[in-house]
Amino acid sequence: MFKGKFIDNLPKIYGTYTGGFIVFIILMAIGEQAGMSAKVIGICFVAFTVLIYALIGYLSRTIQVDAYYLAGRQVPTVFNGMATAADWMSGASFVAMAGGIYFKGYGYMALLVGWTGGYVLVASLLAPYLRKFGCYTVPDFIGTRYGGNLARLSAVIVLTVASFTYVTAQINATGTIASVALDIPFNIAVYVGLASILMCSMLGGMRAVTWTQVAQYIVLIIAYLLPVFWISNKMGAGVFPHLMLADEVARIAELESQFGLGSIKNSAADLKEVPKGLSGITKAHAEVNTTPWKFISLAVCMMAGTASLPHVMMRYFTTPSVKAARRSVGWSLFFIFLLYSSAPMLATLSKLSLMDPNLATGIIGKSISEVQAIDWYQNWNQANLMFVSDFNGNGTLELNEFFMGGKAVVLATPEIAGLPYVISGLVAAGGMAAAMSTADGLVLAISNALSHDIYYKMINPKAETAKRLLIARVLLVLIGFAGATIAALEIQGILGSVIWAFDFAMSGLFFPLVLGVWWKRANAQGAVAGMLGGLAAGTAYLIAVRSGYPGFLDITQLTFGIVGSVVSLVLMVVVSLMTKAPDAATQKMVDEVRVPSGKAILGRQH
Amino acid sequence: MSKQAQHWEKTRGLLFITLAIWFVFSIGIFLFGAEMQSSSIRPFGYPLSYYMTCQGSLGIFVILIFWFAGRQEKIDEEFGFSEREDD
Repeated sequence: MFKGKFIDNLPKIYGTYTGGFIVFIILMAIGEQAGMSAKVIGICFVAFTVLIYALIGYLSRTIQVDAYYLAGRQVPTVFNGMATAADWMSGASFVAMAGGIYFKGYGYMALLVGWTGGYVLVASLLAPYLRKFGCYTVPDFIGTRYGGNLARLSAVIVLTVASFTYVTAQINATGTIASVALDIPFNIAVYVGLASILMCSMLGGMRAVTWTQVAQYIVLIIAYLLPVFWISNKMGAGVFPHLMLADEVARIAELESQFGLGSIKNSAADLKEVPKGLSGITKAHAEVNTTPWKFISLAVCMMAGTASLPHVMMRYFTTPSVKAARRSVGWSLFFIFLLYSSAPMLATLSKLSLMDPNLATGIIGKSISEVQAIDWYQNWNQANLMFVSDFNGNGTLELNEFFMGGKAVVLATPEIAGLPYVISGLVAAGGMAAAMSTADGLVLAISNALSHDIYYKMINPKAETAKRLLIARVLLVLIGFAGATIAALEIQGILGSVIWAFDFAMSGLFFPLVLGVWWKRANAQGAVAGMLGGLAAGTAYLIAVRSGYPGFLDITQLTFGIVGSVVSLVLMVVVSLMTKAPDAATQKMVDEVRVPSGKAILGRQH
Repeated sequence: MSKQAQHWEKTRGLLFITLAIWFVFSIGIFLFGAEMQSSSIRPFGYPLSYYMTCQGSLGIFVILIFWFAGRQEKIDEEFGFSEREDD
């Protein structure tokens, strides 16, 4: 069917795949009309897509080192952009982001600005230079640029702390979705999620993860955009919601004042009734509700974190050239933009459809008993994501008497707006794709650092290829299981631990990476002090704040990366200047990295 | 000055311009969140701060990266440091 090499046929292959997926959606829609139950549709969506990813993972198996670590350095710009976007957008972006915007408004949108602005730093400060370097992993760059096993080991420690914090959240998210869609208990679903993640990455390493991530991006973006456009058109809000929802935003503000948002406060006794994790609308939809510093500090942490997270950075090691790496960052952000710019629109549509009494779906102002009789209310109430209570006893549902979980904005809005169930099944498949693709990238980043940097570079430099790859795969499985075991304990929420991961990465890696390229005088002693000191300072601040210390400068447990990275920068500069300058060979290496032409510092096989 | 030093100087110049634009749209304008919100500039009818956080800054970052990549390619070509295609 496809002649020639796989790489040359990519547009055709993924075009066919996308067409096939759309046909599958249509088949499911026909099935729904013919009487297929909602549960069967949900199972079909998740099972079908996961099987496809597993098949791609199997077809991409490899026994070559450069294919396993770098996907053979031949991933074209646009496809690498898609893979990075899937790698990047986690279960949290997919399931929780619109909910965060819905409840917290402007203050939360700092995350949107931070998670996109960070890519400017990636493109201008790091990605092209690290691609020229030719490293397999981020610690590989640190270890070679600064020299010495201590620097390499420190980088591996920071990488592991940050990525592991992140990966438990992702495995948790795959478990949540698998347990809802397949109707199995959460602590079993976590391992089902893990098995699907490992199927995508174990046999083919980076190569397999790359091609499954492209497939996962296609599923998740269709699953996110289709409902947004459909709901907007159905409500008559606008054919193209992104440019046409200004009236709806204004209407929400009007309704907020009409329903007395902010003037009626719930008593503590009333709030005790509300199930844990659900919240009411307490903040205006589109008003500036936070101080500039709070907004900016959160955005800065997310931006610097983006530029330090190894699972993202390593995606740019797989492009054919330095030029392609640079452009690929642009494409990544474009594909991310498609989803991020839709999340606020979904939040607007969701809120208006619940609030506006002129719409058939509006529930505020209706009688409590009427609301409690609605089908979708009963479903989502049972799933512990919605709750109403007549606090003031007037029999009517007031704005302050309606509570919802953040996930419900993405998961329940299609049903509330009266879209067919096939869309809800599609959304479940999209959420699964988002969480799986990020988990894949993270597990691979950790196990590659351990197998390449610790085992091969430090313990056994003479290991043969077969043995290296065997160790890499064993570590992959072990890390996955460790992550799943912790995820099954359900310690923190999904979004909280994602933000921590950014702060950890920023604390330990941001300045050692950037100065490695941009400051020739930086040396190994400085880098080690910067990495370990930054990580320790950030972690100490986090623990202190968690145990009741009020903190300073309004730096919270979500922005502790500021403390870590400032300590890291100061230590790195001071220690570097106090110790000997790097030798001539290292300085020459930095010069080499700064120009795109010529051979990579580290060869294809190293 | 050697060719390489000149190349690096230009590259650094481009970096500063890029970071300056980045700074304005990721940090600078949000110092004035409340003022922007009440301003009469309303893209597509949205309040300005709301619009910048939803789409404005995000879109500018996308364009900025492609612009940066194009300029850097020109600098690399000018000094003969572009990669050969078959590398």
